[in-house]
Amino acid sequence: MSLTDRLLGDRQRLAYIASQAADSRLNVELETEGMTLNIGPQHPATHGTLRIIARLDGEQVVWAEPSCGYMHRGYEKLAEVRTYPQVTSLVNRIDWLGSFANEVPFILAAEKLMGVEAPARSQHIRTILFELSRIANVSLFLGDLGVQMGAITPVFFAFRDREYVLNLIEGATGGRFHPNFDRIGGLKDDLPKGWIAETKAVMKKLRTFCDQIDDLLFGNEIFQARMRGIGVIPRDVALQYGLSGANLRASGVDWDLRRDQSLPMAWDKADWKVWTHPDGDSFARCWVRLQETRESTKIVDQLLDTIPSGPIMAKVPKIIKVPEGEAWVSTENPLGEMGYYVVSRGELGPFRVKIRSASFNNMSVAPWALRGVYVPDIVTILASLYFILGDIDR
Amino acid sequence: MPVQPLNEKENLLSSAPEQSATSTQPRITSAAEVIAALGDRLVDSFHKDDLWLRVRTDAWKSSRRTLRDTLGFHYFCFLSAIDWMPSPFGRGEDDPTEPTPVRDTTIRSGYAGGDTRMQVFARVMNPVTHVGVIVKVDVDDTHPSLESLHDVYAGANWHERETHEMFGITFDGHPDLRNMYLPMDFEGHPLRKDFPLLARMIKPWPGIVDVEPLPGGGAEESADES
Repeated sequence: MSLTDRLLGDRQRLAYIASQAADSRLNVELETEGMTLNIGPQHPATHGTLRIIARLDGEQVVWAEPSCGYMHRGYEKLAEVRTYPQVTSLVNRIDWLGSFANEVPFILAAEKLMGVEAPARSQHIRTILFELSRIANVSLFLGDLGVQMGAITPVFFAFRDREYVLNLIEGATGGRFHPNFDRIGGLKDDLPKGWIAETKAVMKKLRTFCDQIDDLLFGNEIFQARMRGIGVIPRDVALQYGLSGANLRASGVDWDLRRDQSLPMAWDKADWKVWTHPDGDSFARCWVRLQETRESTKIVDQLLDTIPSGPIMAKVPKIIKVPEGEAWVSTENPLGEMGYYVVSRGELGPFRVKIRSASFNNMSVAPWALRGVYVPDIVTILASLYFILGDIDR
Repeated sequence: MPVQPLNEKENLLSSAPEQSATSTQPRITSAAEVIAALGDRLVDSFHKDDLWLRVRTDAWKSSRRTLRDTLGFHYFCFLSAIDWMPSPFGRGEDDPTEPTPVRDTTIRSGYAGGDTRMQVFARVMNPVTHVGVIVKVDVDDTHPSLESLHDVYAGANWHERETHEMFGITFDGHPDLRNMYLPMDFEGHPLRKDFPLLARMIKPWPGIVDVEPLPGGGAEESADES
């Protein structure tokens, strides 16, 4: 028996066990039978193409399993045949809503191996752009959240205000979605004239947007009824599954890599707060993200006032060869902890890059979290866990 | 509209964000403490800005249990593998009209050493002290298999599935080693170094056709400081 046959057998066995579990809980009087519900791959709640197979007993989920791989692009293999500067254009596309934030940990890992540190000015600008991509990413999440429950208005607000942030990112980097702006040793360019004043105005707008979403969604009775107490993930489970970002903080773990690590970035130059929530339910996860967006606008505002002068590129060779070694760098990205394990052999390109993306771990808790919930809650739990398909499949 | 924080306006937060529940957990302070706790299960260690440990293959699971229960590494970050054999295809930039050059495929391990071609490595963190360790383990060359960690860290489930698919390493005791990304009848293990990147094999990389010398540079080796 080949390995493939054996595994296919396993899959059938698993499906069989699930169906048995569903059948054993049937109501004998009503003579109901379990059914399998297929959600996706094309479903608005999946932010891409994720398929969820759920085995139902009436309205309740007995067993659910996400099926990934509809967007697998093989970045870990592709990175092995590219040079270090070329890799940033790949990793840009992992989490496409906050793409600048994907470049930063990879560049930091390469800089760590080379022993180069970016000048203070570019560290500041990096942090500002990092937080702008967080705002762009999470504001879309906040708008999208309403759509999952049938509220159409917030998504228009979100798209309107995200546009301002994307314009800022475009103004500084030239790319709305895929900036590819970060370089080993600094940044490609300095900020354009007038950008700082404009950014401050936009941050004000974004704070108003947060208040509007707060009013429209978080104070809404229907929203609370569908979010509170639903999809509770306790602290221990969250840690075991390696949840990160707002999902972990919503389970009461005081954890933020921006604060807890010493990276050559400028987060420690600003005064801000890490929000946690003790409940661990869908509402907590969304609420922490809303607070995080507010904090991000504060970080950007403070850093804009204190950008130091000086060069934006450190002295690096024209052709970048990274010395032999291994490095792990992770940052607190909009979706959670994103890290790169870079192994170098002293060549033009990396020997191996392990991409630890946040959504992969965040989604691996889904079979656990979806067990026993009602069908309409599948969508809200998935929405509150917040994943992006490119970030799961890489 | 005046800015009002949510918790003041609606009083939705039942209690203040708690941070005290974690204080009872064990803390680790030094690399020496970790090394002492693992004892003879540890083969090698390397300490730079991170801590790399290499444990015995038969002690993979038990050492992870020790790390979790005694030293408080409750947070599971990731698990993956490395194939230490350099690729016989290089960077996929060979001229298809020329005979394939012979490349050095000597296996050379990284930090904390290694005796086999492939190694599994995983990172766990202490959520209180924010100290992380990278644990490596050798896997057998002919029959790569390892104990599954899914009952120590539930999150290892998907990571082991991915590693099995990409490197062909079997995890004993894993409940469901199906492929995550590729079709089930896919042959080969894509992240092994002897698996060619087919896109580069079919169509050569455009860079090999017209290599321009850098302005003022000349050959590739003269990587002078700018």
